[in-house]
Amino acid sequence: MTAYTATVTVRLKRGVLDPEAETTQRALERLGFELADLRSTDRFEIDLDVADEETAADRAGEMAERLLANPTIHDYDVAVEERE
Amino acid sequence: MTVSVVRFGGSNCDRDAVRALEDVGVDAELVWHEDGLPAESSGVVLPGGFSYGDYLRAGAMAAQSPILDDVRERASEGLPVLGVCNGAQIGCEAKLTPGAFTTNASARFQCEHVHVRVENADTPWTAAYDEGDVVTLPIAHGEGRFEITEERYDELVDADRVLLRYCDEDGNVTDAANPNGSRGAVAGILGERETVAVMMPHPERAALPELGLTDGRGVLEAFA
Repeated sequence: MTAYTATVTVRLKRGVLDPEAETTQRALERLGFELADLRSTDRFEIDLDVADEETAADRAGEMAERLLANPTIHDYDVAVEERE
Repeated sequence: MTVSVVRFGGSNCDRDAVRALEDVGVDAELVWHEDGLPAESSGVVLPGGFSYGDYLRAGAMAAQSPILDDVRERASEGLPVLGVCNGAQIGCEAKLTPGAFTTNASARFQCEHVHVRVENADTPWTAAYDEGDVVTLPIAHGEGRFEITEERYDELVDADRVLLRYCDEDGNVTDAANPNGSRGAVAGILGERETVAVMMPHPERAALPELGLTDGRGVLEAFA
């Protein structure tokens, strides 16, 4: 067994309106920041103790498919690192 | 012949639904989701509320409850299932109905009366109305914007599965009359069978004569 942390990042598909990101962008602009665009994402850090990196990635991917992301509106990606 | 109104942690329109159903002459009872769906259930209402604090996404947690397996199975056999507001979000998350309900274009919680146009009157939910009828129903949601890919949306339109659309008082579907930015101004949609429907407006809040608004009674009469 090896200790991994799988990081699942869930974001709205391109083209799906993100009213919270737009509101956040407007608030930043009110503070005087200049920015071209802003996107928000949800990030889940999942600690797994499994045999290898591929198993960790597969398990985290299945978590994203079944719960963390809604495939109708979201894309997601999975990154796996060994943890100390 | 008793309709099961499924209560999750954080449901808050469950008792309203029972009372409204009984007012239109339909026996109804509350069913705690962990108790499973009674075998003798004659229909299911997934009521409004904020199940599990809308954690992750509205409806995402409740959709994982094992009772949804029962509901999906019975729905595929023809049991009438209605999801309202949070129940609609649960229905989409549980794949009883297509698409997703997500953050309103306004990014705000909206609690107001809206007009909706009956798009398909040939369903149990709309048998009391004619196609094109404009009815007034309350909405109260922060995540009611119907989203789906354009291709899938076109398929649903072609299959006559759009049940209700937001409109103005004359029945015109306009951007101004679309309270949350829903694709196609969709307020209610059918599952694979017309006996399964979800909608963001609250028919049970427009059912009791003493409250003044009764346009929603026809939807609930589907269970009669």
